[in-house]
Amino acid sequence: MPPAEHFAAPPNWEWWILAYFFFGGISGGSYAIGTLLRLVGTPADQRAARIAFIASFVALLPCPLFLIADLGQPLRFINMLLDASGGGLSFKPWSPMSLGSWALLGFGLFSFVSFLGAVADGGWHAADPIARILRGTIGAVWNVIGTGLGFFVCGYTGVLLAVSNQPVWSDGWPLGGVFLASSLTGAAALLLLLARSRRDVDAGTSVRLELADRNFVVLEVVLIAVFLVTVAVAGTIGKMSGVWLLLWLVVILGLAAPFAFTRVDAARRWAPVTAPILALLSVLALRALVIFSAQT
Amino acid sequence: MGFFTDTSICIGCKACEVACKEWNQLEGNKPELLLDSFDNTGQLDAQNWRHVQFIEQIPDNNGVVMNPTPIAGGQAWLMMSDVCKHCQNASCLEVCPTNAIVRTEYDSVFIQQDVCNGCRDCISACPYGVIGFNEKTGTAHKCTLCYDRLQNGLQPACAKACPTESIKFGYLDDLQAAADKRLAALQTAGYKKAQLYGRDAKVYGGLNAFFLLMDEPEVYKLPSAQNATLPSRNNLAGYAGGFVTAVVGLVAGVLAFRSQRMNEKTDATR
Repeated sequence: MPPAEHFAAPPNWEWWILAYFFFGGISGGSYAIGTLLRLVGTPADQRAARIAFIASFVALLPCPLFLIADLGQPLRFINMLLDASGGGLSFKPWSPMSLGSWALLGFGLFSFVSFLGAVADGGWHAADPIARILRGTIGAVWNVIGTGLGFFVCGYTGVLLAVSNQPVWSDGWPLGGVFLASSLTGAAALLLLLARSRRDVDAGTSVRLELADRNFVVLEVVLIAVFLVTVAVAGTIGKMSGVWLLLWLVVILGLAAPFAFTRVDAARRWAPVTAPILALLSVLALRALVIFSAQT
Repeated sequence: MGFFTDTSICIGCKACEVACKEWNQLEGNKPELLLDSFDNTGQLDAQNWRHVQFIEQIPDNNGVVMNPTPIAGGQAWLMMSDVCKHCQNASCLEVCPTNAIVRTEYDSVFIQQDVCNGCRDCISACPYGVIGFNEKTGTAHKCTLCYDRLQNGLQPACAKACPTESIKFGYLDDLQAAADKRLAALQTAGYKKAQLYGRDAKVYGGLNAFFLLMDEPEVYKLPSAQNATLPSRNNLAGYAGGFVTAVVGLVAGVLAFRSQRMNEKTDATR
């Protein structure tokens, strides 16, 4: 296979897009972990599940704002969903941006309803009817569909970059998987941080979240390795070196933190807060690295 | 309809750039000293819908020609008036999420300014770096093939202005026949590297603005036929990779939550 040739101009997707990729990933990942805790966790895990659904919706709230702010014509954001030229809906399944817009809308609905259920369980009785519905089989089905959409929101951002003609992005088809795995890692870290800050969350839940976090990290490391191989084969890996090695360092520190802090005695007492924060920074750094390095 | 740009007779006068800016009322970018031969516009973008490239293949200080050509003892000064290719399989049109980019009755690729919302997905997709973002309008811009002139029976401004007829406009069949004839004449005269780019379907299903080049496409910053691939090539692999990751992620999560739960149950039994 010959090395890839790129003569495309950069789209100048910068800070708004980075913020969206980060918060969108955390939101989708939190929802998925919330569903896992709810469906396969113990009764003691249900408090953490509630936190996960609340975190998912709160992280999702600014996402449409980030995307709209990035548009050259923000008031035309609705053109992503409605066809302004031909009438009807604007839906192009082969365009990740089009598909992602619809997925974000759908996931927003699922995340909002699950959020209402979670706050009702926490004592906000106005939403009790929703909480009652979500406790049964309907709730399980709702969570599973929401998780599917949440996963899509986590991963399509990587596919969006890959479906281009930009160096690095279009050379690395595994980007969708990389971002999805990274979202799970970041969400697990955030939930660990939130769970440890509350006394009403069961200590066993934190242990289970830690184990899940480490599993997600292993998955992410494997996918990053596959991504780097594809970019190296295309001959564009050099774009992610130089000054970007600093961000790689942050990524590596965040990935190593869940393992290193539990094994080094001196670091163990810092682990509850430091490891999740490093993991979250790693999620942000990975996206910044991919977004910015390709466009310089 | 489309363009046939014969680079072998381009003299780098930039009349096409000027005519394009004049007709389409493009302000142009702030002048910059690019130190790149006679180029003072740099690239195609929102303000430059035609861009004349100057490619110097002359000896360096040691008398070595880096990329020798069969022209003038290995030396050449290649010029090419670059423009949107109006691809048959257009990457920009493929990814545009709002349907702002459409194919017109002239078979050209056109950005509807009243629909574009400035997401810039088309810019990331265009393999030729043709499309630019206009900060004032907040939308993407590129060559329209002078859609308004065509509607009034006029040819595009650049083709009209070109003094050497390096830029020819017309029906594709006629242009292709003229290109084949010109290529044969050049090859007979010894220009072995002369080649047509985008004349047939090998590059994006064929280009409505195709070129006669005097060297390899890469020299003119054009991807070779092998590298001219649509963004959608990564759709299936990208989503499949995401799906497999989601399944493995779920299994990893279930294993973590179930295994610990089993441990707790075992401890409770003891």
